[in-house]
Parts: sequence; structure tokens; C-alpha cells
Amino acid sequence: MKNLLDLFFAFFKIGALTFGGGYAMLPIIQAELINKRGWIEEGEVLDYYAISQTTPGIIAVNTATFIGYKKVKILGAIAATLGVVAPSILIITLIATVFDSFMDIALVEKAFLGIRIVVVALIASGVVALSKKSLIDLTTKILFLVSILIMTIWSPSPVIIIVAGAICGLIFGRKKEEAKK
Amino acid sequence: MNLILLLYFEFFKIGAFAVGGGLATIPFLEELIDKYHWITHEDLINIIAIAESTPGAVGVNAATFMGYQTAGIFGGILAVLGLITPSIIIIVIVAQIFHKFKTNAYVQAAFYGIRPVAAGIIGAAGISVAIIAFGLKGVFLGNPIEPIYATLFKVLLGVVFFYLIEKFKKHAVVYIILGALVGIFIL
Repeated sequence: MKNLLDLFFAFFKIGALTFGGGYAMLPIIQAELINKRGWIEEGEVLDYYAISQTTPGIIAVNTATFIGYKKVKILGAIAATLGVVAPSILIITLIATVFDSFMDIALVEKAFLGIRIVVVALIASGVVALSKKSLIDLTTKILFLVSILIMTIWSPSPVIIIVAGAICGLIFGRKKEEAKK
Repeated sequence: MNLILLLYFEFFKIGAFAVGGGLATIPFLEELIDKYHWITHEDLINIIAIAESTPGAVGVNAATFMGYQTAGIFGGILAVLGLITPSIIIIVIVAQIFHKFKTNAYVQAAFYGIRPVAAGIIGAAGISVAIIAFGLKGVFLGNPIEPIYATLFKVLLGVVFFYLIEKFKKHAVVYIILGALVGIFIL
């Protein structure tokens, strides 16, 4: 039980100190779990982080689940995961309760006109970063462009596109492996 | 179905299929808006901005916010629980077969195809966010809400922000504050 509480609070701290999630959490995990508590080793964290990026779900959540599971199995996974999301729930709920009245202020409304443009640029920058890692040949470039086109023109459920991507990967990716042999 | 349960299941779906982290949830959140009209597309962009500039993972923050705006405090909590349940299931399975998972040819082949389309659907979400942020919807319908030079100026600002983000690699909150100042004093 003490282990589970330890995990919860360690990840609560990580969740509260991580700005932006994902990659931003690595230095905090390092300070909290590697240097201070000696729970895991650096190489392990990088392995878990790499897997967490490829599996579905929020990267910070996946990493917390992985480390929690390695420490205390399933209950550990749950404790660590709840810990890492609890600060978000607290902070965002507080902000959300005042947000509507906040948005009624004319000045804030003007501010968000500019902020929205920044959000477009942030998403574009995120897509560029993902593209650098995933568009490794002609097939992946075509898959990327076709998925943008289909989503923009017909906007089907993104689930369909992800499943279709997996099927294309199994067909073309496997062929590639065989060609190598 | 009960609204709070519906939130749980819809966010469960997002947790199970959004590959690529926080931004990857945006196309799924847009789908929810088209389907249920719980909030508007403008609200979503505001939510993303706040999720990026507060502590915690962006995807979890956005889920809490959308859940809260849809069904209050419990809506926020159930949305997050829905989002993280698939992670727990998937990671616990992957942890068992960790070494096999990393090297399995089928898994690698599937992700060879998933990664580019995951980037693609985020790109498409970016386009629909851009249409709202730049005020392009009216332009396309031949009924612009503001003069064309104002729209072009916003697009130009977007390009400048993108350049600054790529060049200086500072945290998102820096650019969001900058965007707020531009909104207040220039737009």
C-alpha cells in the first residue's frame, strides 16, 4: 500500500511539473525517479518512453503506466497513471470554472484572436516534427498526403484512417522486409 | 445513453486510437464536436491553447476541459478516465511481451503505416483549425467576414509564428503569450 501511495505521489509531482507533456517529462522523471529515488535506470526510461510514443494514447500517461507496472504490476500501473493525470484534472477544472466569464471580457476575446493563430503554428510545427520521424520513403509520404486529403475532403472518423494505415503498413511494410531479405 | 458514460466511451476510443501524443487527440476531438456539438470548434482551439500553457500532458488537459464543458466536474473526470483506460490495458500487455513487441515484424510493419497517417490526420486537423483561426470559412463561401487584407495579414502572422517556433524551439506558452499580445494590440 505504501508503495502504491509513493508511486501516486511521485507521478503526481511529475504531472504537476511537466509543461506540455511528452518529451518535457523526461528531465523531471530523471530528477524524481532516477536521481532522487533510484527506482529505475536511465536506459529503462528511454526504452519505455520510446514504446510509449508508438503505442496509442497520451505519451506521458503511457510512460507512467509502464513504470508503475514495472514497479508494482497492475495496481502500480493504475496508481502511477492516476497520479500523473490528477494535477491536470485539478488545475483544468479550476480554470474551466472561471473560463466562460473570463472569455466575456472584450480584451481576452481579442487576445484569443492572436492565440488561435499561434495554435495553428504549434500544430504545424508538431506535424513537421512527426513527419521527420515517420516519412522515411515514398510509400510513407504518399500515405501521409492521402490521409490529409481524405480527412480534409470527407472527414471520416480518424479511427478508420489509423486502421487503414495499419493495414497498408502490413501490406507494404512487410513487402519491404521481404525485399530486404 | 447517460452523458457521462458517453463521455467515458468516446474518450476511451480516443485513448485507444490516438497515436502520436497530445496533438493526435485533436482530430478525434473535432470528430466529437461534429457528432455531438457539445462545444464549438472555436472553443476547441481555446482549449488547445490552455492545455498547452498549463502543467500536465496536453491531451489529458484537453480531455478534462472538454469533459468539464460538456458535463461539469464529473464529465472532466470521466473523460480523463476513459482516455487513460486503454493506455493501462495496452501498456500492461506490451510490458509482458516487451522485447518481442519491439522486434516483431508485424508490429513494426503496422506502425510503418500508422505513423504517416497519424501525422496526416493531425495535419488535416491543423487545416481545419487554420480555416477558423484565419477566418477563411467566409472567404471560401464567397462571403468573407472581414476585408481580404485582414485575412492575408493573419495568414502572414501564422507563417511568422511558425518560423519563430521552428527557429527558437521555446516552450509553447512563450508563443501563446506572444499571440495574446498580438491579438490585443494589433488585431
